[in-house]
Amino acid sequence: MPRNRGAMTQVDAAGATSTGAAPEVPQVEVTLTVNDTEHHLRLDSRVTLLDALRDHLGLTGAKKGCDQGACGACTVMADGKRVVACLALAAQYEGRRITTIEGLAPNGELHPMQAAFARHDAFQCGYCTPGQIMSAVSLVAEGRAGSEEDIREFMSGNLCRCGAYPNIRAAIRDALAEG
Amino acid sequence: MHPFEYVRATDSDQAVAVVTEDPSASYLAGGTTQLDLMKDGVLDPDRLVDITRLPLGGISHTDSSIRVGALTTMEELAADPVVRERLPFVWEALLLGASTQLRNMATIGGNLLQRARCRYFRDPTVAACNKRSPGSGCAAIAGIQRMHAILGTSDHCIALHASDVAVPLTALDALLHVQGADGTRTVPLTQFYLPPGDTPHIENVLRHGELITAVEIPLLPAAARSHYIKVRDRVSYEFALTSAGVALVQEDGVIREARVALGGVGTVPWRAWDAEDVLRDAPAGADTFLAAARAALGGARPLPGTAFKVELAQRTLIRTLETVAGAES
Repeated sequence: MPRNRGAMTQVDAAGATSTGAAPEVPQVEVTLTVNDTEHHLRLDSRVTLLDALRDHLGLTGAKKGCDQGACGACTVMADGKRVVACLALAAQYEGRRITTIEGLAPNGELHPMQAAFARHDAFQCGYCTPGQIMSAVSLVAEGRAGSEEDIREFMSGNLCRCGAYPNIRAAIRDALAEG
Repeated sequence: MHPFEYVRATDSDQAVAVVTEDPSASYLAGGTTQLDLMKDGVLDPDRLVDITRLPLGGISHTDSSIRVGALTTMEELAADPVVRERLPFVWEALLLGASTQLRNMATIGGNLLQRARCRYFRDPTVAACNKRSPGSGCAAIAGIQRMHAILGTSDHCIALHASDVAVPLTALDALLHVQGADGTRTVPLTQFYLPPGDTPHIENVLRHGELITAVEIPLLPAAARSHYIKVRDRVSYEFALTSAGVALVQEDGVIREARVALGGVGTVPWRAWDAEDVLRDAPAGADTFLAAARAALGGARPLPGTAFKVELAQRTLIRTLETVAGAES
C-alpha cells in the first residue's frame, strides 16, 4: 500500500514509505486572504479554517461550538457566501476571500446588523452571536429576510442555546428596515 | 484526526489516477461529510485529494435534461431557475436539506455519496458496526432505531440513506457520469446504490478511484407538477423521519404518469415502483392514494423503534400525492 506521509501537495510525489525515522506530520503552505489581508501560513494539513483563524491568526470571533457543522457558531463567509469554518480545511480555502466578524466593522464602527443585535439585546451569553451575525448579514444579501417564516427557516443553521431567537429575528427585521 | 497528505488536484485524469493507485487515498470536495467523519475517527485516509479546483462545476441545460457538474453546490443548484420552474420537488428537497452554510459547501456529487448518519457507525468506540468493521455486528438493530431504515434493511445493517435531494433524483431516473482510470461510464441513480445485504460496507457501485463528474437530470413533463414533503422531529435543519417526492401527469382526473420516491425509510433512496404501478391509469383520489401508499410500504421490515414509520411514511406519501393532484385540478 503506497504511503506518503512526509510529502505535500505534489500529485506525482513518490509513494515510497520511509522507515526508521518517526513519521513526519504532513504540512501545507497556505495563503489565506482574511478580511482583505493576506496571510502566509505553514500548517499541519489537518488544520481547519476555523483553527487557522482562531489559533494561527488570532481571529477569535468565529467560535468553536460543536466542531461538527451542527451549531453555526463558526460561520464565516467565503467569497461572500456563508460557510461553517469547522468543516473546512484551511488549505482548501487558499485564494478565496474569507470574511470574519472582525471584518464586518474594519473601522471600529459597528455594521448595521451588529448595531441591531445590540439594540435588540439579541443574545445572552454571546457565544453564538458572531455566527448569528455573519449568518444574518448573509441572509439579507441572499434576499431571504423578507418574511418571518423565511428568517426562521434560513437562520436555522445557527443554534442559540440561550434561546434568544425572538430578539435575533427582531434585530434582523430591524436591520433590514434600516438598511 | 489521522495525519494525511493534502493534494490539490488540478486535472481530473491526474486526480483519478492518484486515488485509483492508492487504496488509502480519498477525494475531498465540500468536506461536510468527509472531514466530519475524519474528525470522528471513522475515516482515516493517508492522502486527501482536493478536487474543488477541478472544472467540474456549472449547470448546462438542453430541452430534455439538466447536466449538473458534480462540484455544483446545493445552493447553486437550488438557485438555477430551470430547477425551480421545471423540477419543483428537486428545488424543495435541496432547500429542506441541511442549513444554508452547509448547502454553500456541500456539492451535489458529495450529497449523493454522503455516509450514514447512524450514530453507531459514527462512533468508533462502538465495536459492532458492519458498515465500519465488516463482520463486527450491528449495534443499531439492538439499539436506538428511531432514525433508521425500514425498507431495504438486512440482518446486518439498518442504516438510512439520509439525502433529501436523492429522493426526487431517484424518482426522475437521474444519471451519474463517472470517470475512472479506464474511462468514463454512466450509471442510473436507481442502480447506483446497493442494499446492505451482508456487505453493508459496500454502499454503491463505484470502484475505488472512480469520480462522479456530473449528474444528469431528465426534464420530464411530469416533474413540472411535483412536490417534496419532509417530516421531521423539528421543523428545520433536521434529517427526515419520513419524506416523499411525487411527480404526476393527470388527464381528466386520471393519473397517466407517476414518479414516486421516499426518504427517511430506505437504506438507499427509495424508488416506490409498486406505488407507481398502482397510480398509473388510476383515478386521482383517496382510494388510489391509500392503495399506492400501502403498496409503497408493503415490504417494510420495521423494528420496535421504527414501527411508527410505516404509518407515518404512508401518510407522508398520501399528503404529497394529494398536494400534487390538487395542484392539477
